[in-house]
Amino acid sequence: MADLTTDFVGIKSPNPFWLASAPPTDKEYNVRRAYEAGWGGVVWKTLGEAGPPVVNVNGPRYGAVWGADRRLLGLNNIELITDRPLEVNLREIKAVKRDYPDRAMVVSLMVPCVEEAWKAILPLVEETGADGVELNFGCPHGMSERGMGSAVGQVPEYIEMVTRWVKQNTRMPCIVKLTPNVTDIKQPAMAALRGGADAVSLINTINSITSVDLDLFAPEPTIDGKGAHGGYCGPAVKPIALNMVAEIARTPEMAHLPISGIGGVTTWRDGAEFMALGAGNVQVCTAAMTYGFKVVQEMISGLSDYMDRKGMVATSELVGKAVPNLSDWQHLNLNYVAKARINQDLCISCGRCFAACEDTSHQAISMSEDRTFTVKDDECVACNLCVNVCPVEECITMEQLAAGAVDPRTGRTVKREYANWTTHPNNPGAVKAAE
Amino acid sequence: MHAKAYAQGVVAGRLEASDLAAGFVDLHPALTDHEALVAADRCYFCHDAPCITACPTDIDIPLFIRQIATGTPDAAAKTILGPNILGGMCARVCPTETLCEQACVREIAEGKPVDIGRLQRYATDGLMAAGLHPFTRAAPTGKTIAVVGAGPAGLACAHRLAMKGHDVTLFDARPKPGGLNEYGIAAYKTTEDFAAREVDWLMQIGGITLENGKALGHDITLQELRAGYDAVFLGIGLGGVNALDAPGAEKDGVLDAVNFIAELRQAKDLAALPVGRDVVVIGGGMTAVDAAVQAKLLGALNVTMVYRRGRDRMNASPFEQDLAAARGVRIITNAAPVAVHGNGAVREIEFEYTDDALVPTGETFRIPADQVFKAIGQTLAGETLPDLEGRKIAVSGAGRTSIIGVWAGGDCAAGGDDLTVTAVAEGRDAAEDIHTALMGSTG
Repeated sequence: MADLTTDFVGIKSPNPFWLASAPPTDKEYNVRRAYEAGWGGVVWKTLGEAGPPVVNVNGPRYGAVWGADRRLLGLNNIELITDRPLEVNLREIKAVKRDYPDRAMVVSLMVPCVEEAWKAILPLVEETGADGVELNFGCPHGMSERGMGSAVGQVPEYIEMVTRWVKQNTRMPCIVKLTPNVTDIKQPAMAALRGGADAVSLINTINSITSVDLDLFAPEPTIDGKGAHGGYCGPAVKPIALNMVAEIARTPEMAHLPISGIGGVTTWRDGAEFMALGAGNVQVCTAAMTYGFKVVQEMISGLSDYMDRKGMVATSELVGKAVPNLSDWQHLNLNYVAKARINQDLCISCGRCFAACEDTSHQAISMSEDRTFTVKDDECVACNLCVNVCPVEECITMEQLAAGAVDPRTGRTVKREYANWTTHPNNPGAVKAAE
Repeated sequence: MHAKAYAQGVVAGRLEASDLAAGFVDLHPALTDHEALVAADRCYFCHDAPCITACPTDIDIPLFIRQIATGTPDAAAKTILGPNILGGMCARVCPTETLCEQACVREIAEGKPVDIGRLQRYATDGLMAAGLHPFTRAAPTGKTIAVVGAGPAGLACAHRLAMKGHDVTLFDARPKPGGLNEYGIAAYKTTEDFAAREVDWLMQIGGITLENGKALGHDITLQELRAGYDAVFLGIGLGGVNALDAPGAEKDGVLDAVNFIAELRQAKDLAALPVGRDVVVIGGGMTAVDAAVQAKLLGALNVTMVYRRGRDRMNASPFEQDLAAARGVRIITNAAPVAVHGNGAVREIEFEYTDDALVPTGETFRIPADQVFKAIGQTLAGETLPDLEGRKIAVSGAGRTSIIGVWAGGDCAAGGDDLTVTAVAEGRDAAEDIHTALMGSTG
């Protein structure tokens, strides 16, 4: 049995699945249910400074994008940080941590960009016995209009400054949560590192409008006929999040900066993928909001089974395992040649591969009278679109042409040696191979 | 147990009214909005979809399902009704399990096709309930056409001709239009007077004059029609029935299944409709199943369907066979009727087992019967018709008969399955051909 316990910046948890700072972690009641269901840790929903709490809208605060059968693929929200009094949250955090000492308890914070505000709140959090703090520099709606959240996260200098204040004023580990609403995620991550952050977590939600009400002509969710952009999350954002995590993980200066991966983690596999790309653990929100806290049980069993199959004993063996294979396009092997293969036993003759290839790609699939679909090797560029549109798993696969074989499309013999764009004759800036 | 449940002979009121009503409910109830969206989501939007190929009227099924899935069911209805003006009825009575749904790739993938028939009903019902008729007539052409038979073929032909701007007179021998839709299909497949409502809706196109109670050969003749109209379309169906060639076949209680079904469809009160305690249906087609199941639903205690060949040769689809079995109908195959016994009225019917080549085995058995329904095939009736091919009107191309200016389609014409949907396709195509013939290729 694989050991799923993780040690993330000194914070131990029985498994790498934490609940992200979000509505599911806003109250003692929810967090107790989460721990009972098996979550390894929670990041408590963002606390603001003492005084009158923020208020939320009283209309819909979520919008959604659905796939087939109304499967929730993307969720957008305009909810703010916790709207409950600071002292209530602190009291509850303390009570829950006391009862679940083996679980991770990290507290998300967002206070104004003045050192006094951070100095004031940090000791209060420390007093609860929480394991660490996460700085919310990511929230893209509402709070950002008040100079907090992503308004900080979009200015690397502010990130560095605030992170430094926090590190100077608490012994607790400090995780900096990054906004994806930037051009280059490496800049804020580097700023956090310079400020002394123990880790970064990403991504926070993405600026978004999920849909438009075509009767009211207003963005959704609509409040009294008006809509504001929200923050997008859920399975739809996973590819964006994976790329941002990878960008940080592959940057040599940040190679040792721990990452908590966030963004559309819905199954064990999503979690494993984030970890393979360098995340020490993952945080989940939308999956729990869609299916309830019990989903973590599949995540735990799935990751455990996977690690057993791979002979991995500790999660540290998985973390970063795919990072060495992250490359730039220019370094991809142009001598790697593949062709699509259609398994006729699995094919259900829907013809979607044909429509996709014939209409939008390379006319590399033929269709017979009896609806047999066959790849034309002399046209196939192995683009993978047919694989992606096929409704049957493993029906269409990509098969590598062995070295020495002739590619019927180009008439060229497949070469064994690796060669990329940097040395390609068509590249005006090609490096001339040594003579 | 109701008092009359075991009563011998042919009696009415075998079941309580509530049991009758429960039995005759809609076989394929309408989908709710939610059910329709879930069902529509399963369509893969196949390329050159096999379901379209399998549909005799070539409805663009993936397109209409996508229109449902994207919240535009009225657009879906137009996609359906364009090629098949009786799309509402076809959604109810088509043997989808041997047509579109058999061809559905999800039938191949999972043994569970997209629910095409019920999605089609969802779309067409919605449009009809809103009272929308999405087609309009072209400018008048001044041409007149006689369409004989207001069944599926005649209705489809008349509608298409009217759309093209022609003036159509639609004749039918029966008191109501609709043909087999009105008189010949099990009641649980077309509930709430749907056949009549559909005809009313179809007639909204305008330009069609309905002449009921006008039978070809009695009230009107082909010669007169040819003289009085620019073209004639015959969609007269099969008015005769095959005779049962067995001693005693003339005894009381030995009836034609089509008449039983028609009577049942027109009955104001099913409780007043008499049915036997022991009913035997001879035949293995859809008509046999419709008669057998409805006899059972009326309260017949023992209903047996007997077919002379093997089960694999039955014209009733596996779905229909299962429906019959599920309603308690016993199906006996490889047995042919050899004699009807009884003193005046039938008391027993005797069968002989046959092998798959229909050779009698010499082994016989008797089944008690106080009512026997013959469902052994219908035949073309009428004289001075165009030339025949076999026992039906010979046609070439889109329903052209041996007589210039006379077209035919539906069950009375040779070729094609005897299905509502096939009749619609033939009527529609004949209309297009008539239009071209009358107006020239530029029409």
